[in-house]
Amino acid sequence: MSAPKFTTLTARCVVLPVIDIDTDQIIPARFLKVTDKLGLGEKLFCDWRYLDSGAPNPAFILNQPEAKGVEILVAGHNFGCGSSREHAPWALVGWGFQAVISTMFADIFKGNSVKNGLIPVVISPDAHAALVALRAKNPDLEITIDLPSQTVSWPGQTPLMFPIDPFSRTCLLEGVDELGYLQKFQPQAEAYEAAHA
Amino acid sequence: MSSSPQTLFQKIWDSHVVAEEPGAPTVLYIDLHLVHEVTSPQAFSVLKERGLKVRRPERTVATMDHSIPTKGGYEAADELGRIQLRLLEANANANNVRIYGLNSVQRGIVHVIGPEQGFTQPGMTIVCGDSHTSTHGAFGSLGFGIGTSEVGHVLATQCLLQRKPKTCEVHIDGALRAGVTAKDIILAVLAQIGVGGGTGHVFEYTGAAIRALDMEGRMTVCNMSIEGGARAGMVAPDDKTFNFVNGREFAPKGAAWDQAVARWRRLPTDAGAAFDKTVTLDASTLEPMVTFGTNPGQGVAITQPLPLPSSLADANERAGLEKSLAYMKFEAGKPILGQPVDVVFLGSCTNSRIGDLRAAAGLLKGRKVAKHVRMMVVPGSQSVKQAAEAEGLDKVFKEAGADWREAGCSMCIAMNGDQLSPGQLAVSTSNRNFEGRQGKGGRTVLASPLTAVASAVAGRIADPRVLMNQS
Repeated sequence: MSAPKFTTLTARCVVLPVIDIDTDQIIPARFLKVTDKLGLGEKLFCDWRYLDSGAPNPAFILNQPEAKGVEILVAGHNFGCGSSREHAPWALVGWGFQAVISTMFADIFKGNSVKNGLIPVVISPDAHAALVALRAKNPDLEITIDLPSQTVSWPGQTPLMFPIDPFSRTCLLEGVDELGYLQKFQPQAEAYEAAHA
Repeated sequence: MSSSPQTLFQKIWDSHVVAEEPGAPTVLYIDLHLVHEVTSPQAFSVLKERGLKVRRPERTVATMDHSIPTKGGYEAADELGRIQLRLLEANANANNVRIYGLNSVQRGIVHVIGPEQGFTQPGMTIVCGDSHTSTHGAFGSLGFGIGTSEVGHVLATQCLLQRKPKTCEVHIDGALRAGVTAKDIILAVLAQIGVGGGTGHVFEYTGAAIRALDMEGRMTVCNMSIEGGARAGMVAPDDKTFNFVNGREFAPKGAAWDQAVARWRRLPTDAGAAFDKTVTLDASTLEPMVTFGTNPGQGVAITQPLPLPSSLADANERAGLEKSLAYMKFEAGKPILGQPVDVVFLGSCTNSRIGDLRAAAGLLKGRKVAKHVRMMVVPGSQSVKQAAEAEGLDKVFKEAGADWREAGCSMCIAMNGDQLSPGQLAVSTSNRNFEGRQGKGGRTVLASPLTAVASAVAGRIADPRVLMNQS
């Protein structure tokens, strides 16, 4: 298993402006019986994306022609709240997303995302509103996320810095395997255990 | 030793630092790792791929709760559920991890059995691939949910890479009035701060109202910390905590017990220690709370009208409220009292302990669940079930017309076949009212066990104080 890598991405986006999108919406619990990570992209936003008949809901953004080939999701405030299920970023990545832009992410979701190469990009409410307005006028709008400079930009927008944990950033840029990194500390862990026995 | 006053959180954090490298998160030691069938399979797969074993099996405890049927055993589970349950058994056995399997008389919801068996103790770091691990903070421990990658990290190394979160004191003074419970406290906190209000923080609940709660009530409060965005919620340990832990199977015994208590008594936040943020609430003004929307922060006192979207200045928040009310089929400005109810669910890691069942049975005794209502009672563990049956509580529920089940997460997460049908309205003692949480198209109103019983009897959302006054 190789660690995910990310440097820079220029891609189109879709906008899902709903606030407080919880992980039960991203991937409903009934799909958590899998014992691997496969196939979850097909169930992403399942209950918003499909009608009761099972047919795609034409009103939902991911079912519209403009969603084809997009790699960035622009979502409302507090994206990924609720459960700790890592199936949420697995489903987003499985669908084809490489980044989510919001004004705030839930803590556990944020941590799970970077471990799967999905970049949580936080921008200010003003920048977010401007991006949503611009995207409404131009479905072909391309956003650039540049991890080395930790910036996000789009036509007419000078690069905006976004916060990301420096360790996560290094891991993503260099493909560092976090478990491998942690294993290096086993001597210290053993010393800790001996001192606390 | 530092002489500056410290918070409970700071003391536990500092005493679990294994290593710190510049620019990197802290390597934190994990005392107790709780494992269940849903968020562990892919983590065990990583260990297998790398030829690793669970590093500290004695600090790892597995149970089955999310996917298990509450009636009919393994055979009642669907194929994927059976595979998941069998796989947990195989993974636990291959790694010498203690497992409370389907036939265990102590099996139950991971956050119920941890404290029940004495695994959960003050001062510990406790993790689980489950966001409601915040429950364990009721004992003055640092408990928080992790993702499956991190489950793998802890299985393999007993350590976790963590950035230190900020602290938020949630100070709740005043005494609760009759009919108002721990569940109403936390629903009121969430209504005040919203579902993102605690993001980046660990809560410490303080004040007279928290001190007055028993351990089960404190667990209910801490359990829903994550619904405010806080990964952990804590309560300083006191004699109630020690009395709860004392004598349980995995609690320290003899001289080790005395040493442990002496250590635990030093854990509470020192006078003058600073929090990054403070939230206050007066418990004496609270009424029974219910949620009306599709997140746990959308709560209101049961006697109050539902809020008007026009009262919100922010357009995104307004749209969010409108979307929630439309999903719930509730009308802004109207009371929620009297809304017809289809299902009442008494259970979940929030409210399924013996005290919850006693309170519910006390109000239900001699009464009937309304004819059109399906009421399910799901004990948090098989131990809770046995205790309830020894007291005859099961008879009260059954005579009232409720369904008495085996332990599990059940309809809180609707993975095991216990679920709402589209459109049904449930009053539920669980923790999440997200769209479809209890079954696709189902509508959830979160409430206390007392409000759940009152609503079951009335067949409508009902104020428990009315029923209590009729006794």
